[in-house]
Amino acid sequence: MRKSFRNRGFLPGFGMTMGYTIIYLSLLVLIPLSVLFLKASAMSWEQFIGTIMDTRVLASIRVSIMTSLFAACLNAVFGVLVAWVLVRYQFAGKRIIDGIVDLPFALPTAVGGIALTSIYAENGWIGQYLAEWGIKVAYTPIGIWVALTFIGLPFVVRTVQPVLQDWDLQMEEAAATLGATRWNTFWRVVLPHLLPAIITGFALAFARALGEYGSVVFISGNMPLKTEIVPLLIMTKLEQFDYAGATAIATVMLVISFVMLLVINYLQWKINKFDAAR
Amino acid sequence: MSIEVVNITKSYKSFTALKNVNLHIPEGELVALLGPSGSGKTTLLRLIAGLEQPQEGSILFHGEDNTNRDVRERQVGFVFQHYALFRHMNIFDNIAFGLSVRSRKTRPSKEEISEKVHSLLKLVQLEGLAHRYPSQLSGGQRQRVALARALAVEPKFLLLDEPFGALDTKVRQELRRWLRHLHGKLGLTILFVTHDQEEAMELADQVVVMNEGRVEQVGSPEEIYHHPANPFVYSFLGRVNLFHGRIQNGKIKLGEAEFETDWKDKAVEAPAVGYMRPHDVEISLRPPEGKSARSVQAEINHISLLGPIVRLDLKRLDTDEVFEAEMSRQRFMELNVEEESIVYVTLHNVSIYVDSQPLQTHRPSLVPLQASV
Amino acid sequence: MRHLTEPAYIRWTLIIVALLFLGLFLILPLVAVFTEAFRQGAEVFVASITEEETLSAVKLTLLVAAISVPLNVTFGIAAAWAIAKFSFPGKNVLLTLIDLPFAVSPVIAGLIFVLLFGSQGVAAPLLAAWDLQIIFAVPGIMLATTFVTFPFVARELIPVMEAQGRDEEEAAVSLGASGWKTFLRVTLPNVKWGLLYGVILCNARAMGEFGAVSVVSGHIRGMTNTLPLHVEILYNEYQFAAAFAVATLLAALALVTLILKSLIEWKTERQAKLDEEQHYDVTGERAG
Repeated sequence: MRKSFRNRGFLPGFGMTMGYTIIYLSLLVLIPLSVLFLKASAMSWEQFIGTIMDTRVLASIRVSIMTSLFAACLNAVFGVLVAWVLVRYQFAGKRIIDGIVDLPFALPTAVGGIALTSIYAENGWIGQYLAEWGIKVAYTPIGIWVALTFIGLPFVVRTVQPVLQDWDLQMEEAAATLGATRWNTFWRVVLPHLLPAIITGFALAFARALGEYGSVVFISGNMPLKTEIVPLLIMTKLEQFDYAGATAIATVMLVISFVMLLVINYLQWKINKFDAAR
Repeated sequence: MSIEVVNITKSYKSFTALKNVNLHIPEGELVALLGPSGSGKTTLLRLIAGLEQPQEGSILFHGEDNTNRDVRERQVGFVFQHYALFRHMNIFDNIAFGLSVRSRKTRPSKEEISEKVHSLLKLVQLEGLAHRYPSQLSGGQRQRVALARALAVEPKFLLLDEPFGALDTKVRQELRRWLRHLHGKLGLTILFVTHDQEEAMELADQVVVMNEGRVEQVGSPEEIYHHPANPFVYSFLGRVNLFHGRIQNGKIKLGEAEFETDWKDKAVEAPAVGYMRPHDVEISLRPPEGKSARSVQAEINHISLLGPIVRLDLKRLDTDEVFEAEMSRQRFMELNVEEESIVYVTLHNVSIYVDSQPLQTHRPSLVPLQASV
Repeated sequence: MRHLTEPAYIRWTLIIVALLFLGLFLILPLVAVFTEAFRQGAEVFVASITEEETLSAVKLTLLVAAISVPLNVTFGIAAAWAIAKFSFPGKNVLLTLIDLPFAVSPVIAGLIFVLLFGSQGVAAPLLAAWDLQIIFAVPGIMLATTFVTFPFVARELIPVMEAQGRDEEEAAVSLGASGWKTFLRVTLPNVKWGLLYGVILCNARAMGEFGAVSVVSGHIRGMTNTLPLHVEILYNEYQFAAAFAVATLLAALALVTLILKSLIEWKTERQAKLDEEQHYDVTGERAG
């Protein structure tokens, strides 16, 4: 014990800051979270499975996963495009555009939600034109998809952008001297290098979308079996004082989120390893 | 294939990298571009490859104008300083890249590519490493992969940017020998950039010495070492002593030492500078007989024992100029001198340059003079 | 160089597509908030944001941020000091645990506090004995907000402090400075921009949090309503203009956050560039 302390160098304050960190973390995060698992484990297995296997619950899980997946996909494609344009091209107003990418992080989700609803409602700015073609966005799964794309937008941009910025242009020059076309160079040299960052951004956007509540409630219409997402269902159960039901669903959600967190951390570690090998 | 560089000028926002450069590289030669950092040698290499565009001038391959041709169509093999290997591809895919990105019409079959890659792996002595990734290779191995990748597209010639710069001394020695061998075997024109004069001298048939965006001299290693065209080349190619003096009545006076010249215009008086290698300084305890005109007295300030050779720091008694002498350890023992000893120094092989400004000739500002007794 | 870029028409197509995407998903909603807010005229707008319930929501939002942000700043600094300046086993586990609240849905964040402090909660008997109310009251809102904004400051500070190394702190301590003095005079000046960055993001989320707060607040008008909850209530009562008017306050907060954030980024970038140039001067190297 003494020895390991000496290895840490002679800066003061480790014990105090570490102790505070652990106590604060435990009181605010770990203990409350473990209560959820405690409550869930108090349920009988049949009760737990019964709650989860309910059609309405399964439908909401499906809606949540599908819309989050589609939103993350759209963000992956456009995130790479936006990052590329911001890093590689010059145009007027670039700084402002770069700053505004983070809007979904800064704008309260409820505000984003009502704004998107007003735009895509049948009499909204975009909704009215789409309605002419018979496309309904607000109060359908497409609306959920739009809201989740909005809140997940910065993730892929912000994970890909730094990788592109540090990118060694010599690789592209090397590809050019070997006769590769621009498209070939992007597809075979640049994109594979960006892939870990894209997947990380994708996973972050997906994880965020799964848990999102504020921006979705307004635009989704909240119809059971059709446009009801998991967080909303938890909310509904709580309002009906069905704590057991809410706990069971939340436990499943939380496990999915933790798996996502582990995947993201693994990817991040992998990117670092990739870069260290340079 | 020969390379011709005609009147190339290249400038960036704030400075000119190349000024009116002309260069001819004959087919099949191994040529070094030698110069200090910022001399424009890498820029010249990148211009030849087509990675940069010149403001003026043209670049010809085998008489054919390539100035406006895209890098992708020039068919040059370029090896980057830090190799620029594709990190996410294994060695096989790295080497095969240039062939596999060709359009369907000109792309060789999978078997042909595989065969080609394996023969190249053999050539660069990396058989069995085809499935490794660049991060799993040593610096020297990466260098050879980069070479193989460049050779795979059967380039017209090879351009290498500081090929051994990032390697340690021992690996560098090995790779130099190997590159020489490869050049002999393939008969390809190879142009490489280096700031290491020893590397250029050892490896190249022809050395192009560059400084501040200009070509200072082109010649064989022998020529540029023994007949440097100007003081820059002289001092860039090894340790050098400088003596200041004047030209008067067709004679050069460097302090008390005097040299006859073949200078025609006896009326001219101008400053002159003498350059001399430390190993050409001859030291004796008594005044040498006969050629005393080139002999002066000096005091030994410091003695450095550097293994097989000994370096003396000396100060001339006539002009107070400080200079160096190098000799074998054996000669040093024979002399039996110590610090503060006064010795006689004979100045051999002094290259003298006269400041040309008063003569109103243009560059180079110093004109070489052949000194004789 | 043309071999490193695309033909102009591809370049401009890509730029335009990217801008259209961002315009559609980011700029249009922002514009919509302000347009909808003024749809029924400036009077309705002014009336909506000066209404008593709005003002009490503003007060509560500010109060919640004023409590939870300093709490998380203190934690962030302590955690960053322990993690960045020392090495110990389990560091990566600790980092992952700090990230946990990001992975938890806001609704679940609210739920866990209901399970803990609600009428049927684990701590219910204790709270009843002391006659304390947490859920459906201000303390619950603070707890949920602090939980949701927990990682922000630590996440920003740790990498910045790690990048600084500990040479300067060790030098200060070896010269006789106390730990606290070392932190104030050596560490803090070095990481001040990173800290501010974290504070701004933490504050934006604290003031704007909706899901978690919605679960624990009970929506008691004029009592436990924060601004985002007030927006929801107005919206659900079909008072659209009023809802958007209150939303402009939050949108303005978002814009101020983005501007400050960009300013900090610009400042740190410029600092990095200056450092680099200085480095070049010392080594005498020249690019190109």
